[in-house]
Amino acid sequence: MTETFYEVMRRQGISRRSFLKFCSLTAAALGLGPEFAGKIAHAMENKPRIPILWLHGLECTCCSESFIRSAHPLAKDVILSMVSLDYDDTIMAASGHQAEAIVEEIVEKYKGNYIVAVEGNPPLNEDGMYCIIGGKPFVEQLRYATEHCKAIISWGSCASYGCVQAARPNPTRATPVHKVITDKPIIKVPGCPPIAEVMTAVVTYMLTFERMPELDRQGRPKMFYSQRIHDKCYRRPHFDAGQFVESWDDEGARKGYCLYKMGCKGPTTYNACSTIRWNEGTSFPIQAGHGCIGCSEDGFWDKGSWYARLTDINQFGIESNADAVGGGVAAVVGGAVAAHAAVSAVKRAANKGEE
Amino acid sequence: MSVIKTPNGYTLDSSGRRVVVDPVTRIEGHMRCEVNVDENNVIRNAVSTGTMWRGLEVILKGRDPRDAWAFVERICGVCTGCHALTSVRTVEDALGIRIPKNAHLIREMMAKTLQVHDHVVHFYHLHALDWVNPVNALKADPKATSALQQSVSPRHPLSSPGYFRDIQTRIRKFIESGQLGPFKNGYWDNPAYKLPPEADLMAVAHYLEALDLQKEFVKVHTVFGGKNPHPNYLVGGVPCAINMDGDLSAGAPLNMERLNFVRARIQEMVDFCKNVYVPDVIAIASFYKDWLYGGGHGAINVMDYGAYPKVNYDKSTDQLPGGVILNGNWNEIHEIDPRDPEQVQEFVAHSWYSYPDESVGLHPWDGITEPNYELGSNTKGTRTNIQELDESAKYSWIKAPRWRGHAVEVGPLSRYTLAYAHGVEYVRNQVDTSLAAFNHLAGTNLDAKTALNSTIGRTLARALEAEYCADMMVDDWNELIANIKAGDTATANMEKWDPSTWPKEAKGVGTVAAPRGALGHWIHIKDGRIENYQCVVPTTWNGSPRDPAGNIGAFEACLMNTPMERPDEPVEILRSLHSFDPCLACSTHVMSEDGEELTEVKIR
Repeated sequence: MTETFYEVMRRQGISRRSFLKFCSLTAAALGLGPEFAGKIAHAMENKPRIPILWLHGLECTCCSESFIRSAHPLAKDVILSMVSLDYDDTIMAASGHQAEAIVEEIVEKYKGNYIVAVEGNPPLNEDGMYCIIGGKPFVEQLRYATEHCKAIISWGSCASYGCVQAARPNPTRATPVHKVITDKPIIKVPGCPPIAEVMTAVVTYMLTFERMPELDRQGRPKMFYSQRIHDKCYRRPHFDAGQFVESWDDEGARKGYCLYKMGCKGPTTYNACSTIRWNEGTSFPIQAGHGCIGCSEDGFWDKGSWYARLTDINQFGIESNADAVGGGVAAVVGGAVAAHAAVSAVKRAANKGEE
Repeated sequence: MSVIKTPNGYTLDSSGRRVVVDPVTRIEGHMRCEVNVDENNVIRNAVSTGTMWRGLEVILKGRDPRDAWAFVERICGVCTGCHALTSVRTVEDALGIRIPKNAHLIREMMAKTLQVHDHVVHFYHLHALDWVNPVNALKADPKATSALQQSVSPRHPLSSPGYFRDIQTRIRKFIESGQLGPFKNGYWDNPAYKLPPEADLMAVAHYLEALDLQKEFVKVHTVFGGKNPHPNYLVGGVPCAINMDGDLSAGAPLNMERLNFVRARIQEMVDFCKNVYVPDVIAIASFYKDWLYGGGHGAINVMDYGAYPKVNYDKSTDQLPGGVILNGNWNEIHEIDPRDPEQVQEFVAHSWYSYPDESVGLHPWDGITEPNYELGSNTKGTRTNIQELDESAKYSWIKAPRWRGHAVEVGPLSRYTLAYAHGVEYVRNQVDTSLAAFNHLAGTNLDAKTALNSTIGRTLARALEAEYCADMMVDDWNELIANIKAGDTATANMEKWDPSTWPKEAKGVGTVAAPRGALGHWIHIKDGRIENYQCVVPTTWNGSPRDPAGNIGAFEACLMNTPMERPDEPVEILRSLHSFDPCLACSTHVMSEDGEELTEVKIR
C-alpha cells in the first residue's frame, strides 16, 4: 500500500533510464529548469499512490477524452503507475451499486488523503434532478465525496466556470464547483477542454511537490494560465506589422497572417495553447486557421460571436498579466485558501439562512 | 397488469425481481437501467432511463447561426466534431451555401477520423471489459498468447512471447498492489466471462496499445481543426487555408508537411483496424459463439440518413447509403426524408417533458420542449432518491423519436445492414469475409442476418465500419492532393458569410453518420438569428423510452430475454447496452419553441 511511484514504475517494467527521462520531461513541461528533474525523481521515489475520485456532472466528457490524449506522461502510465483512479465512471469496470460502493470506501478509508477531480458541474434547478447518479442528485454525490478530500481539481470550463450549459439562460442552473463546495482548496484547470499535457502536468506537479501549484487570483495554476494566447502566438509579428486575414481563405489566410480581424480571442484569453500547443505539440487553433474562441475564459459563450472583432484591447504594448487583469495580487496557495475559507464561511452562513 | 404485449412484438413481464443499475458506467453521460428477471434470471422487462438534461438548444435561441457549431459541438466531447459538422451543414442548407471540394474532402477526413477514433476507444476502453477479464490474463502462458496473436493476425508486429510477458508482469504487479483503480469492484469471478487466459492477455495488451495510438489518430483533427477534443469548424468551408508553394507556406495551416503528417496518421488507422481491431473482434466473438443475445431491433428495424458521398451534394453517391428497413425485410428499403413532417417525429408520453397533446409526435422543425420532471405513482423511493422507477408514467430525460411511428435502431449495425441490403460491394465483402472467419474459428455456420442481429453483430459492424472509414480516408486524401494539383486550392465559400445576404427567414436540416448512428439537426433562422434549433441524436433513437403506443426502443429491446448469470452483477446488461456505445449527453437535448422562462426551483 505504501509503495512509491518509483517502485511501482520499476515493478511495472519501466527502466530507471525511462523513469529519469520521464522526470526531465515533466520538469520541462512544467517550465522548470533541468535541475528540477532530480527533485522530481527524488519525490517520486519516496511517495505512495494517491486515490482519485473523478466525478462527472453535467458535461460532455471532453475533459476525460483530452486527458487520455496525454503524451508525456502517457495516460496509461498515469492510471497504472502514478495515481489510483478508483472511481471514474467513464472507464471503470464496475457499475451500479458496485461503483457507488467505491466512493464510500475511499471516503472512509482515505479520509483527508484523496483527491476529487470534477468534470462538469451540478445543476441546481429541479432539486438537482437534471443530473441523477444512483437515483439521487449529482450535487449530493459531489458534496459527499468532497467532504473529506484533500483538494479538488475542477477540470475544464464546466467545473471551473459553468461552460456551455451555464450560458444564457442557463436553464438547469448549472453551477461551477467552487460555488457549491466552499470549504476546500480548489484548482481550476479551465479550457474546453484543457490541454492534455496541462492536465497531467497539474497532477504530476501535485504528486511530486506535495502541494498545490501556485494559483492566480481566479484559482488557476499560474504556470499555465499567466499568459495570453496572443502574447506567444507565432502570428504575433503579423499583428504588430498590421498584416491581417480579412476574409476566410483570402491571401492573408494562406500566408498565416493575424486572425484578430476575424474575431480571434487570443488577446484576451489566458491559456498555454500558443506555447505548449495541442496533441503533443501538433498545432493549435490559430495555426490551423481559425481564431481562438476563448474557451478557457469565464463566460466565453456570452461574450459575443466568435467572429466579432475584439474592441477592448490595446493595439500595442500589451504587457499586463493575468493577475493585474484579475485586479489583485496573486496569492500563494495558503493565502488563496484562507481567502477562500473566509468567503466560504460567509456563504455557509447565507446557505444556512435559506435552509 | 404485470404482463404487457407491445405493438412491436415484445412481451414485458414486470412481475419478477427488479434489478437496478445506476450509474451505468463506461458510457458518455449518465444513464440508469432497471430490469425484471424471472425465476431463471432471464430478463423479462427492461427500462432504460437518461438521467441528465442540459438544455443546449434553449441556450442557442437568439444567437448567430455561424456560432452554433461550437455550442452543439459541446453536446459531446467523445463524438467530438460530429455535432459541429452537422451544424455547419444545417446552416449551409438553410442559407443555400455550397462548400468547395477541398473543404468537403477535409471535413470527410475529419468525420472518418472520428469514426475510427471513437470506435477504437469504444471497443477497447468502454466495451472490452464486458468480454475481457484482465485478472484472468495473469494465468496466461505468454507463448500461447503469442501463438494466438500470430494466428489471428500474422501482420501485427507486436506478437512476441516477451512482449506479452512484459505486459503480463505489469498487470500482475498492478493487481497485486491491491489498488485496482478502474478494475476495482469488477465482476472478475463471474462465469459470464468466457475467454481463455491467452485471449484475455492479448486483449489487455491491445487495450494498452489502443490507448497509446488513439492519441495519434486525433492529430488529423489537430492539423485541420487546431485541437482535439473539439476542433474548429466554419460555416462555408473549413478554416484551414492551403498554401503549397507560395510565400509563407511554412506558417500556413496546410502545406506539404501538414498533409504528409495527416497521411501518416491515416496509415496508422488503416493498419490498426486491419491488423488489430477487426481480428480482435472476430477472435473474441468466436469464444462467445453461444452468446448470441442482444439483437433487439438490430438488423431488423434500422435507419440511417446515408453518408460519405463520393460527390458532395449527390446522395446517390453515398458510400454508406441510407434508408429504413422494417421487420427484417432486407428486400425492401424505404427512403427517408428528414424534411418530411410525417417521417421523423418525437414523442414525450414517457419522457420528462410536456406537450399540449402527448398522444402525438412532433417533427423537429415544430418541436416543443417543456421540462416536466414528475414520477409515476408506483415509483419506489422519493423525488430525489429514486429506488425503482414507474415505467407506466414518465421515466426518462430522453424523448422518443420514431420513424413513421416505428421504433428503429441506429448506429454502425444499422448502416451495415442497410449497406449490405443495398449491395455495397466493399461492405458485402467485409461482412462475408469476417463472418467466414468467425464461423471457421467458432465451428459454426451462421448466416449474415442471424449473426448481425446480436450484441456481437453490433460490435462487429462497428469494427468493420472503422476499417471502411480508414480506407475511405486514403481515397479522400488522394483526391485532395489531385484537386490541389489540378490548381484548386479553395477552402471556403464566403459569398453568404455576411448576414445581410441572408433571407429574412430560412429553414435547414443537416445529417451526419455519427459514430453512434443517424444524427440530424434542424434549424429555423429568422432575422439573422437562431429562432429554433433541434437535434435528434443517435442515443435518443436507441435509448428512447416507450412511445404512446407502447413500442419499446432499441436499448430496452436488446435486453429482452437475455439470461443473467448473477442478477446482482450486471455483466450481460452492460455488454448489450455498451454495444450501442451510449452517449447520454447527446441524447438529452431539446428546445423550447417559444423559449419560455423555465421554472427555477431552489435546492435545499
